[in-house]
Amino acid sequence: MSRLSRDEVAHVAHLARLRLSDEELTTFTEQLGQVLEHAADLQSLDLTGVPPTAHPFELRNVVRPDVVGESLDPAEVLDAAPDAEDGRFAVPRILGEDL
Amino acid sequence: MSAIDLAASVRRGEVTATDALATALRAIDARNDELNVFLHVDRDGAEARARAVDDAVASGRDPGPLAGVPVALKDNLCTRGVPTTASSRILEGWRPPYTATVVERLVAAGAVPVGKTNLDEFAMGSSTETSAFGPTRNPLDPERVPGGSSGGSAAAVAAGMAPLALGSDTGGSIRQPAALCGIVGVKPTYGLVSRYGLIAFASSLDQIGPFATSVADAALCLEVIAGHDPRDTTSLPEPAPALVDHLDDGVAGRRVGLVSELVEGADADVVAQVERAAAALEAAGAQVVRLSIPELRLGLSAYYLIAPAEASSNLARYDGVRYGRRVAADELGAMNEATRTLGFGDEVKRRIMLGTYALSAGYYDAYYGQALKVRTRMIEAFRRAYEQVDVLLGATAPSVAFRFGEKTANPLAMYLSDVFTIPTNLAGEAAVSVPFGTGEAGLPIGVQLLGPGRSEARLLAAARVLEVAS
Repeated sequence: MSRLSRDEVAHVAHLARLRLSDEELTTFTEQLGQVLEHAADLQSLDLTGVPPTAHPFELRNVVRPDVVGESLDPAEVLDAAPDAEDGRFAVPRILGEDL
Repeated sequence: MSAIDLAASVRRGEVTATDALATALRAIDARNDELNVFLHVDRDGAEARARAVDDAVASGRDPGPLAGVPVALKDNLCTRGVPTTASSRILEGWRPPYTATVVERLVAAGAVPVGKTNLDEFAMGSSTETSAFGPTRNPLDPERVPGGSSGGSAAAVAAGMAPLALGSDTGGSIRQPAALCGIVGVKPTYGLVSRYGLIAFASSLDQIGPFATSVADAALCLEVIAGHDPRDTTSLPEPAPALVDHLDDGVAGRRVGLVSELVEGADADVVAQVERAAAALEAAGAQVVRLSIPELRLGLSAYYLIAPAEASSNLARYDGVRYGRRVAADELGAMNEATRTLGFGDEVKRRIMLGTYALSAGYYDAYYGQALKVRTRMIEAFRRAYEQVDVLLGATAPSVAFRFGEKTANPLAMYLSDVFTIPTNLAGEAAVSVPFGTGEAGLPIGVQLLGPGRSEARLLAAARVLEVAS
C-alpha cells in the first residue's frame, strides 16, 4: 500500500516549483512512497511528552555592535546574477501586473 | 609525502611550494580524465599562491603550519571568483563573490588550494553518482564508486592528487567516502568549524571536515580550520582545540563501547575488521565493552525526514533571480519553475519534494515533528552511553566500495549506505573514520570512532592507535 498518491506528489511538486512529466510523477510517487514507508517506524513510537530538537544546541540570539564592516561588492554580486539593471536584480514580468 | 612532512620541508626551504604544486598537478593531469575527481583546477590561482609561500620563506617569514601543502576543496565551498557549482546545473558558471572561512584559514596557514572536487549534487547522495557532471571513479578500483557525497575530495587524496582535502558531512558524506577510498575522514562536532561559505544542504546537520592519508595530517588540518567565526552564528564560541599535541595520548584506561547497532547488517568482512579493531584497542590498554543503543535504529528514518525538510527550505533560494542559471520565461513564476525543473537533478528533486511533504500542513506533526522528537531521544541515548564509555566503536559503512549503478534505481538502498554515520549528525557530535584492514576484492574498510561533542582529541588519539595497529 502506498502512503502517497500521485495527486499528492503533483501538489508537492507545485509547492516546490518543480514541473514533473507523467513518467516522472509515476517514478517519484513510487520512490517517495518507499521512503515514507520506511519512516513509518517513527509513527508507531509513543513520543508523548518528548520535546522536539530542531538544532543540536540551544541557540541564542547572537548580537554584535552595529558598526559598518566589510560587505560584499554590489557590482561583483550583480555581475554573478542572471540579469541585473540599475544596480538591482532584474526579473521578468510578474503575473497580473499592469505594464 | 604527508602534509606535515611537506609543510616542514617547505618551511625549512628544502622543498618549494611551487615544486609541491607541480607534483600535485602532474598527479591530477595523469588521472583526472579517467577518474573525474576535479570539476575545476585553479592552476593560475594555485601557482600565484605557491609563489607567495615561496617568497615568504625566501624572505624569512613563516608561511604557516600548512606551508605549500596542496589542498582539494569540495565544490560546495565558495571560492571568490573561482567557479563553484555544488555539482548542479543550476549553479553552472557561477563565480561566488566571497570565500568560505575554511578556505581563508587554509590559505592563511600557507596551504595552496588546487581546485574544486566533484560531489553528489548539493551533497545529496552516497556515491557521487548524482553529480550533474558525471560520477567520480574510485582510484583503487575505477569500476566502483568512491562513496559520497564528498567522493571527489576522498578520491583526490586517495589518488595522491593532494595530501589534504576538505569535504562536508551531513549524514556521513566525509566518513563514508573516506572509508571507501581507504583514507582518514573526520566529521567534527557541530559548530567546531565555521559553515560560512558552505552551500547549505541541511543547516542543523552540515559540518565541514578534513580528508587525509594519516590521522596526524587530519588533526593538523582540523586545527587550522576550526575555531569560532563571527560570520557563522552557530559556530562554537571557543578557539580551535589542540589536537596534534594529543595524538599520542593512546587509549590506556579508556572505555570503548562496541555498539551492536553500528555493525548490524554490515557485510561479514566489515564486521570482522570492527572486531579486530576492538581487539587492537584492547591490546593498547583500552577496556572494551559491548553495548546496544536501540535508538540508533531510528536514525535513518528521522534523518530522511529532517535533512530533506531543511533542504527544501535551503534550496528555495535557487529561483533564477540572484545567482546561477536562469531558464527564460515571460513571467516570473514560470521562470522560477522552468529554472528549477531544468536546473535540479532527480535526487535533489526527490529530497525537495520529500521535505516539502514532511513540512506540509496535515503531515508536519506525523513526519517532521515526530522526527525531531526522535532526535531528542537519540541525543539522550548517546548521553547515557557516554556515561558508561569514553568512545563508541562501529563500522563506517555497511560494505566496501560498491559498483556503479548498484543502488541508483532504489533510493532507499542508497540511503542505507549512511545508516551507521547518520546518528552522529543528528546528535551534533564528533566521529572519525580510519582505514582498518581490507575486505572483498582487497578493498579498504573503515572503522568508525564516535564521541560526544568536543571529543576530537580523544577520537583522533584512538584513531592513531588503530592506524599504527592496522
